[in-house]
Amino acid sequence: MNAMPHTTRGSAYNFGFLDEYAKKEIRRAVLKAIAIPGYQVPYASREMPMGRGFGTGGLQLTLALIGPGEVVKVIDQGADDSVNAVNLRQFIEMTCPGIATTTKTAESTLIQSRHRIPEQPLTATQILVLQVPYPDPLVVVEPSEDKRKVMHGEADYSRLLVKLYEDIVQFDEITISHRYPTRINGHYVIDPSPIPRWDVPRLNDAAALTLFGAGREKKIYAVPPHTRAEPLAFSDVPFRVEDFRDAAGRRRACARCGCTDSFLDEFVGDAGSKTYQCSDSDWCDEQLLQAEHAQGEPA
Amino acid sequence: MNRILEVRGLSRIYGPGCPHCVDATGPEADTNRCPHCGSIVAIHDVSFDLFEGEILGVMGESGSGKSTVVKTLYFDQAPTGGEAVFFDGDTQHELFALNAARQRWLRNHRFGMVYQNPNLGLNFNISAGGNIAERLLMSDLMDYGAIRERAKTLLARTEVLLSRVDDLPKHFSGGMQQRVQIAKALATQPPLLFLDEVTTGLDLSVQARILDLILEIQQELKTAMVVVTHDLGVIRLLTGRAIVMKYGRVIETGLTDQILEDPRHAYTQRLVASAL
Repeated sequence: MNAMPHTTRGSAYNFGFLDEYAKKEIRRAVLKAIAIPGYQVPYASREMPMGRGFGTGGLQLTLALIGPGEVVKVIDQGADDSVNAVNLRQFIEMTCPGIATTTKTAESTLIQSRHRIPEQPLTATQILVLQVPYPDPLVVVEPSEDKRKVMHGEADYSRLLVKLYEDIVQFDEITISHRYPTRINGHYVIDPSPIPRWDVPRLNDAAALTLFGAGREKKIYAVPPHTRAEPLAFSDVPFRVEDFRDAAGRRRACARCGCTDSFLDEFVGDAGSKTYQCSDSDWCDEQLLQAEHAQGEPA
Repeated sequence: MNRILEVRGLSRIYGPGCPHCVDATGPEADTNRCPHCGSIVAIHDVSFDLFEGEILGVMGESGSGKSTVVKTLYFDQAPTGGEAVFFDGDTQHELFALNAARQRWLRNHRFGMVYQNPNLGLNFNISAGGNIAERLLMSDLMDYGAIRERAKTLLARTEVLLSRVDDLPKHFSGGMQQRVQIAKALATQPPLLFLDEVTTGLDLSVQARILDLILEIQQELKTAMVVVTHDLGVIRLLTGRAIVMKYGRVIETGLTDQILEDPRHAYTQRLVASAL
């Protein structure tokens, strides 16, 4: 195998920025991650032309999986137009000539995301890549990676559950808002990256493959399609997602599109007033478009 | 009486070890450090049996290897030689032949340990109730209400004020920390309990109450215990049988009364004479 077979004339870099050896290594790690759902596969995270912690893990996965004809969508906290998403998208466009990018969830084949899973359910032909800052859920209870590996191997997660116990004792509920520890396929517990609790149930039995890449921590793991993903909980204190009800108990709606079944971001105005809006910008646009469509039709 | 633990030829050597280690150490050599290779023979050829509901005392001076015995049996350290069989109802477990997961299972479900230093047995950053919950969660009890109930019952049994169930153990007195440790060790109602210098460093009245508690528990639950201590008073009060260790070897074994009243070995004679 040639290390740089895809270099086109005039371009100093290989297609997808990474050299073919690096891509091959990442693909191998991905295969292993899919074969052992939830297991953190170590890999040699390459230097990227951006700081570690800016999504280099996710980006390496994207660049290793991308091929000509791919339609890529990049999201940052649900939005396609935030600085991080725009920069990553431009980098991908620059280094992968011939691919297309989109902001529409339905049209994309490969989605790189930070902190959110798109509202629209993904299909079997799509791959979701999540950027991960801290891959190991056990890091809060055990500082030694050696010991953590043994704990993962033996599925010894009692100390994580103690954390939940202490939460309930102190606050009468589990207070983890994001990075909710989730058990994959009945064994390994993963840190599902900083997605809100709202998104965790959507990992369960999903049609699409979800890949997690931690660039700084050099780990790749996966939730394969149609795999069990159960958030840790007690049998009598079940897991629950964020509820967006107001003081009167009504579900808050998005101020822009009026959607009442999406994850909402809270915006505080100058006067202290609060407005709520869909966190997933593409979803919000879709809802608006559909509403306009319905209005435009003759009654 | 049913045997619950059978230990044969247990050894633990720290260091590289050499063929002379065993011959060059021990009570006769008056050292546990091998002069040839510098290895420490912490314990060598320790054998004993423990029966259901019995309390066995392990006594000796500091450095005699008595703590190492219980630490190897509780899987805190791997032994360098010897074997131990744990009889659990109809099943037998060859302790040192089990894989790590099985060892952890036994440790969490069937054994209990109370350390001299509560730091080792308790997590000081979670509440007293949380410490007990940890052990219950390890044994796969997943119901919050049931865990909470059980933690309170255990703390009440070990005479810890229930109003302090959600306080951090680091804010407790030494005696109370020890009670929480005992409650934690008893959480899964283990048939075998290891007590490593549980009363050392506590004042006398607290010592007496902890010892009372241990005796009560033993009579209530018929738990077999291995009690490690250098305190002859504790040995006399708690144990029926005892072994005396020096430089990693068992130098005397027998009924506690017999050892304390009529010690055979010169070292035991000195020990008893100096203490009483």
